[in-house]
Amino acid sequence: MADTPVVAPRARPPTFRRRPPTPRKRPPRPAARYHRAAWAFSAPFCAVFAIAIVAPLAYATYLSLFQDRLVGGTVFVGLDNYLTAFGDRLLHVGLLRVALFLAVQVPIMLGLALLAALALDSGRLRFAGVYRIGIFAPYAVPAVVAALMWGYLYGDEFGLAGGAALSGPWILTSIGNIVTWEWTGYNMLILYAALRVVPGELYEAAEIDGAGEIRKAVSIKLPALRPALLLAAIFSIIGSFQLFNEPNVLAVLAPAEIATSYTPNMYAYNLAFNGQQYNYAAAVAVVLGGVTIVVAYAVQLTAARRERRS
Amino acid sequence: MSGAPVTSGASAMSGASAMSGASAMSGASAMSGASAMSGEPVMSGAQVVGGAPGRARAGRGASIAGRVALTVPMLAMLLYCLLPLVWLLVNATKSNAGLLESPGLWFADDFALFDNVREVFAYQDGVYGRWFLNTLLYAVLGAGGATAIAAMGGYALAVYDFPGGRVLFAVVLGAITVPTTALAVPTFLLFTKLGLVNTPWAVLIPALASPFGLYLMRVYAADAVPVSMLEAARLDGAGELRIFLGIALRLLRPGLVTVLLFTLVATWNNYFLPLIVLSEPEWYPLTVGLNQWNSQLGSAAGGQAVYNLVITGSLVAIVPLVAAFLLLQRHWRSGLSAGAVKQ
Repeated sequence: MADTPVVAPRARPPTFRRRPPTPRKRPPRPAARYHRAAWAFSAPFCAVFAIAIVAPLAYATYLSLFQDRLVGGTVFVGLDNYLTAFGDRLLHVGLLRVALFLAVQVPIMLGLALLAALALDSGRLRFAGVYRIGIFAPYAVPAVVAALMWGYLYGDEFGLAGGAALSGPWILTSIGNIVTWEWTGYNMLILYAALRVVPGELYEAAEIDGAGEIRKAVSIKLPALRPALLLAAIFSIIGSFQLFNEPNVLAVLAPAEIATSYTPNMYAYNLAFNGQQYNYAAAVAVVLGGVTIVVAYAVQLTAARRERRS
Repeated sequence: MSGAPVTSGASAMSGASAMSGASAMSGASAMSGASAMSGEPVMSGAQVVGGAPGRARAGRGASIAGRVALTVPMLAMLLYCLLPLVWLLVNATKSNAGLLESPGLWFADDFALFDNVREVFAYQDGVYGRWFLNTLLYAVLGAGGATAIAAMGGYALAVYDFPGGRVLFAVVLGAITVPTTALAVPTFLLFTKLGLVNTPWAVLIPALASPFGLYLMRVYAADAVPVSMLEAARLDGAGELRIFLGIALRLLRPGLVTVLLFTLVATWNNYFLPLIVLSEPEWYPLTVGLNQWNSQLGSAAGGQAVYNLVITGSLVAIVPLVAAFLLLQRHWRSGLSAGAVKQ
């Protein structure tokens, strides 16, 4: 550790003072002397980061280049697994399903979160704190418990929906409802926090110009929320592509509707865990990650371009 | 959609940063201000003509209509969010017979909550208690460790200018967007190879890495720990470790509580990873265990119907987190603002 004091406080100062100022030879920036301390503090994070995030991704990529064959054991096959994945109808259907899911569910959820955040921020809602904590509460509920609860609520045994919610045409909507329930309050809080720091002068100026609440919401608050909304959208998109917990839990109640390849993540899980097809599962996981990154990046790029234009 | 926010959840907010890059974040320290939290509009008031607070200016009639238009949808949303929780609470008081006989949202004749709780902890030789302790272990060690590791790293990135620091931060920003669910299958494959599956390490090690936590701590530390204070402490002869433990940690407390809560939610609620890396029920966390009880209901071989146990077990599983969030509200709200605002 860089514990050694760089300046000996009592003894040195006089010599310092006598030395003529040399503008070209500045002392190094103070923090730059503590490299060892900096690395010591960062080392634990680097270690767990390497083991828990970098290594699994690297290993999955490596595995995806091999195949386990009855004859010849494990052999290097290059991109064969990826070619299989690109032609795999089960994977296509799963990807299309989560794409449909995100196209419908994410706008609804973020729209609700946005309205709730604007309502909280309007200052006209009584007991705003009750709404804030109440709508946020589902965030603290594990996805499994949320899916179990809603599963019972949907069910015909002692629920409220009489079982229709778990039948074929409705099942994806039912999953969307669970996800919306879980995350609306969380997103609301993110947007609300972003609204709280809009400078008050903006509102004052708008009021002097005679703007009402709605006008203020449209011309001041929405533009101010754009970065937070984009962020929430990107994370929701990523979450949609990774959909796993809710359908996996509901599959117990509606096994005929939710197949083992219902979402790409369920497919990868079942390939690895029940099918022992580790190499192909790794390829599916890598493809899923790649698709997610591309879509998230495309959304971000589109938003940035629109921003530039306006 | 499991992982996202803190991991999942958490991750959700952070991300922003991923795009905007470090430079943009420095500015908005405003977040810390009390105004952001208190819920009161940020207003200086000085410039409002006539001194009347601007928001009260609209006509009285319009304001009542506006209030109704606000309150009704918000009330509906609140009911929507609380309905399943109320259902859970009500139905945890029913025996199996009561569940089938009584209306979904009202109590049955018998009040069986305490019997249910007792039965939950007794069923299958008390395996639920074991799951509860496992969850506690994963949450405390995982979230506590992740928070400590993130605090050290974030502090280092914020106060030291060291070679590699910038690269590390850039890599971390990129990793914030990697959801834990995307890592589950790769982690399973790697840990199988390393012989770590079916040990608590398989759940604990991934829980320790929280790029979002590191990001939040860095943002926090950049604001909360003044460089001049570090310099003064160094002149007094304090070592770097002592400065961190004695001075910085105290200043970082709101950020620490936030990261702790979000990593706590992530580990407490984690399902996919434990499901895939653990095969022995003795290491299951509550989420995996509860779903196993539930699947047992679905399968014909399961025999005994234990709906009341799944329902009551679910209730017991969410109580600690909900309580933690309610008790620590003030702390995490300020931290959340920091994450959301510094983009």
